Amino acid sequence: MGTVPSALKHCLSYQHLLKEQLWIGEPVAPHTGQESQASGLPEHIKIVEVGPRDGLQNEKVIVPTDIKIELINRLSKTGLPAIEVTSFVSSKWVPQMADHKEVMRGIQRHPGVQYPVLTPNLQGFHSAIAAGATEVSVFGAASESFSKMNINCSIEESIERFEEVVKSARNMNIPVRGYVSCALGCPYEGNIIPAKVAEVSKRLYSMGCYEISLGDTIGVGTPGSMKRMLEAVMKEIPLSALAVHCHDTYGQALANILTAIQMGVAVVDSSVAGLGGCPYAKGATGNVATEDVIYMLNGLGINTGVNLCALMEAGNFICTALNKKTNSKVAQASFSTGTMN
Amino acid sequence: DSASLQVSAAAAAGAFPKRVKVVEVGPRDGLQNEKNVVPTPVKINLINMLSETGLQVIEATSFVSPKWVPQMADHTEVMQGINKLPGISYPVLTPNLKGFQAAVAAGAKEVSIFGAASERFTKKNINCSIEESLERFDEVMTAARAASIPVRGYVSCVLGCPYEGKISAAKVAEVSKKMYSMGCYEISLGDTIGIGTPGSMKEMLTAVMKEVPVGALAVHCHDTYGQALANILVALQMGVSVVDASVAGLGGCPYAQGASGNVATEDLVYMLNGLGIHTGVDLQKLMDTGTFICNALNRRTNSKVSQASCRL
Repeated sequence: MGTVPSALKHCLSYQHLLKEQLWIGEPVAPHTGQESQASGLPEHIKIVEVGPRDGLQNEKVIVPTDIKIELINRLSKTGLPAIEVTSFVSSKWVPQMADHKEVMRGIQRHPGVQYPVLTPNLQGFHSAIAAGATEVSVFGAASESFSKMNINCSIEESIERFEEVVKSARNMNIPVRGYVSCALGCPYEGNIIPAKVAEVSKRLYSMGCYEISLGDTIGVGTPGSMKRMLEAVMKEIPLSALAVHCHDTYGQALANILTAIQMGVAVVDSSVAGLGGCPYAKGATGNVATEDVIYMLNGLGINTGVNLCALMEAGNFICTALNKKTNSKVAQASFSTGTMN
Repeated sequence: DSASLQVSAAAAAGAFPKRVKVVEVGPRDGLQNEKNVVPTPVKINLINMLSETGLQVIEATSFVSPKWVPQMADHTEVMQGINKLPGISYPVLTPNLKGFQAAVAAGAKEVSIFGAASERFTKKNINCSIEESLERFDEVMTAARAASIPVRGYVSCVLGCPYEGKISAAKVAEVSKKMYSMGCYEISLGDTIGIGTPGSMKEMLTAVMKEVPVGALAVHCHDTYGQALANILVALQMGVSVVDASVAGLGGCPYAQGASGNVATEDLVYMLNGLGIHTGVDLQKLMDTGTFICNALNRRTNSKVSQASCRL
């Protein structure tokens, strides 16, 4: 109501003031017996940053290789434990990822940080290893139609393909992460039954994936469907091997993530600045913004190891390079003009 | 009372309320924080369209001096111009006795008063202390009681203040208790700058619920930091069953330039539908209303559900 003193308009955008507010800025130090433990929430959550791969892959503008490398290097300094770097897929299908080798070889690898890459098949896997990859991911789906439209084969056939990759990976002691797309709904089939998600997850886990990331690919899920899906999957896979990959297309991501962590999930995928639109709903958003996730987790007293200010700076960097506004509300609120300085 | 105990027991069991009352604040809180002044006929049409969506409560306008809030200068015309459907409540803001009397003269049947849990916010906003503001409201309460007009109380800055920073949960509980004791039938707890998280929401509600029955509580979350739906989820888990929201997420944040404000009603209803919670609201009609007002304001919607459903 009324007028706001002009000095105040910027107060929340000054970094030192941000840091003073306990709930923004620095990661919360773990306390024993503190609120997160008492509330049944995990004390620590691992954030898997997918911006450089899932994010950029779904951005229209092709990003130069040196910008990609700079982004990843900046992310490496934020405290993020895992950063998905690129995808060893044919450049015919995904032009944005054509420079996968150069990116893989060009980044500075920080000790203690994982740099997984996507490898849709054996050829991609070999190429990834040759370029220096030490962790890979395979992408399954809980929907036959989606599998057919995306990679032109059935779920069963895709699993056979991944088995080859996982076998080779295990021989080389390379960990493999498994993704399950359409876990809460499919752009073609609509509703996806939790049992199907559990079945595909179990196949990927049994063949040797160390972690299964359950993806709400079109962001249609809500805390209701998230809970039902996780209940089904948790019957087949240990909680510690589960991650959630929520899209914010319908604004539900943080509520869905909260539901997942209330159920004990302790690994969350997200994308800096909310990079990556939704290919199935023109103009709509995709990945949830890492900044917004960290903000929520900080407020819950959950440790992530991530420095929110450094993260926002990385987000600012890539948005400036892409000449676009951030999709992170925390970043929008913290940079006074809402656009990048 | 036994109804409260039932709600508390259900909340303890981790159950959600079966029904949630959505209080639509777009025409007032939303438009008040939009830069473009909206012509009276557009405001009236907006409220009439909202009345067709199944919403039970639509905050229509504010009887405040046009010197302070030019957007609400047409309060009398709006109040007199809208179709008032039976079963729907059209509360209006009345910051003082004068506003209250003007509101009643214009046909208002329910009013709201705005308190705050922060001294500095109260000083900056209405140039007095919290205590003085409550004395002002007492006059409104007395007049409202005499006229059998229900009064809703808002408490601002419940999870943080743009001037004071952190706000103690005890302070929120204290102000809420005072307003409830004065006779407000419902207390809407507002995260005015959207800075709260599920952690601070839980802490604040725990304190307030010691003083005010949960059945008389509502949450008014801003989405400035993207936390609104997660905060609302926690409130629901604790037994709160009244949630404020703004169609198309109308209303920016006056404290963070360029940032968003109110949570979008469409996104809230989408979540509640997914939880199997009854609201009575037709989401498609709500989205159509959002489209209408965004076109009139020449702006994009802040509702992600609307954005996703729009095949451009």
